[in-house]
Amino acid sequence: MTLAELRDNFERNRIAYAYIAPAFLIMGFVVLYPFFYNIVISLSNMNLTHFRDWKFVGLRQYIAVLSEPKFYEVFLKTVLWTVINVFFHVTIGVALALLLNRPLWGRAIFRTLLILPWAVPQYITALTWRGMFNYRYGAINLWLAKFKPVLDPIIDGLNRFLQPVLGLTLAHPPYEWLSTPTGAFAAALITNIWLGFPFMMVVALGGLQSIPKELYEAARVDGASRWMQLRKITLPLLKPVMIPAISLGVIWTFNNFNVIWLVSDGGKPADKTHILVSYVYREVFNYYRYGYAAALSMIIFLILLVFGINFIKRTRATEAVY
Amino acid sequence: MAKSNGQRDPIYMTVLIYAVLIVVTVVTVYPIIRVIGISLRPGDMLHTTSLRLIPENATLDSYRQLFTEQPFLRWLLNSTLVSFTVTVLGVSLASTAGYAFSRYRFIGRDFGMIALITTQMFPVTMLLLPLFLMLLHLKIYDTFLGLVIAYSATALPFCIWQMKGYYDTIPVSLEEAARIDGCTQWQTFYLVVLPLAAPALVITALFSFMAAWSEYLVAAVLINDNSLYTLPIGLKQFQSAFDTQWGLYSAGAVVVSIPVMILFLLLSRWLVSGLTLGSVKG
Repeated sequence: MTLAELRDNFERNRIAYAYIAPAFLIMGFVVLYPFFYNIVISLSNMNLTHFRDWKFVGLRQYIAVLSEPKFYEVFLKTVLWTVINVFFHVTIGVALALLLNRPLWGRAIFRTLLILPWAVPQYITALTWRGMFNYRYGAINLWLAKFKPVLDPIIDGLNRFLQPVLGLTLAHPPYEWLSTPTGAFAAALITNIWLGFPFMMVVALGGLQSIPKELYEAARVDGASRWMQLRKITLPLLKPVMIPAISLGVIWTFNNFNVIWLVSDGGKPADKTHILVSYVYREVFNYYRYGYAAALSMIIFLILLVFGINFIKRTRATEAVY
Repeated sequence: MAKSNGQRDPIYMTVLIYAVLIVVTVVTVYPIIRVIGISLRPGDMLHTTSLRLIPENATLDSYRQLFTEQPFLRWLLNSTLVSFTVTVLGVSLASTAGYAFSRYRFIGRDFGMIALITTQMFPVTMLLLPLFLMLLHLKIYDTFLGLVIAYSATALPFCIWQMKGYYDTIPVSLEEAARIDGCTQWQTFYLVVLPLAAPALVITALFSFMAAWSEYLVAAVLINDNSLYTLPIGLKQFQSAFDTQWGLYSAGAVVVSIPVMILFLLLSRWLVSGLTLGSVKG
């Protein structure tokens, strides 16, 4: 593009710049500037004792992060957290959407009640579930106690199989949800699965409604069974709708601070219940290791970016089509 | 029962479908009912192993305490003020920026749109430390101004995409007609396009409002002064490490959640179309 063309384009689109300017000004201030500032901090030795007199230390903080075993432990846990959550969000969400995508008496009521978890503010969900996981008074253990006569034989049966094969023993209820690392992690997972499936359900319902009915008619004429219709028509056509939603879901879940932090009350017990974002928060606001935390943040961002580049490309591709 | 594609479900299928739906729905709704139940418990029954939905001697005492003996009204006012400001800012900035992205092919457009998605990958905690330090330097740490700016900026990328996606579905010919009739560019946008985009505006408003109304982390870091507490920080206080005030917490949770839940349900019809347009058609 020549300089004259550039100027011409600018002249023609002057109003477009005026339209986006306020939004980008604010985002520049709150997102862009802090982003670069964070890079600077990540290259420094800033912490509580070197708060004003910090100096550049190059990549030392990055090396410190990457040479700490705890980082890999938390990273692994974050991946586990993300995979389990998104898996259940999508399977529950799509399954419910398939059930609801038919003329069913009370369909609107079911739909409404099933999206409720999405409407509740996240911190309230987290704090409420934390209460329900209380060892003595929480609803979960109280219900488990009610069903103990049924549950115990099942658990024993499973153990007879699991013990020799995997060396794993399932405990009997009541469970110490919040005072053991496994329990607290499971509690956070259950909470997050509860609040996350409605989004996938709503997206899937939208996708199902856009599938042309004629396809099913044609398939039936050809004698395709229901199962075949589901596999060959519904699921493939749902895929393009679900993939952007799943990508977003992965990013959101990976970065979901609220649930893990509030359910485990700041990573309890003994800082064992962390995913990367809550781990960073702890380093910043409890240990004041600013440089270290900034480097860790950058690493998290880069991990997500590698994952997200695909997502961005795809979104751009769909953009180009329309 | 006919399936949407015209096939009939056999009766056992229908029963099975209902059974699954009912079980899942009960599990889904249970925590909400449970909180309402706890909020109705009298003060001497907060620690109980009862699973009754409506407690014995149900009372509204927790609600009375919440409003008269706790600074809850203050928090409510603060949160309302912050959330409304964020909503107005979010809607006005996203509706204009989204329009520019939808209709103009200006230099930097692609870059701008990618930058918007990229911000979704920032871990919150990455921006929080620099933001915290920056607001300290600018002396707007511990003010609503800092909070409002932070919330608007974090809600904007999603809102802009949402608006852009909706504008893309409005035919350009309407605007061309308006231009021929002598409207300026701004009038065309304001008088012709904006009214047509009402559903997307509603979703954007809802999204901005909920983002601010429900946000805990940023508020916990940027607000220190008791009198500036918003609802999330206030309610979290009821759950301190040693003694959780379950009655107060639950009553507060109910008061905070009910309005947004009603709003959400009323608008959910548009939410579906808005979200699929925004996220799928990009």
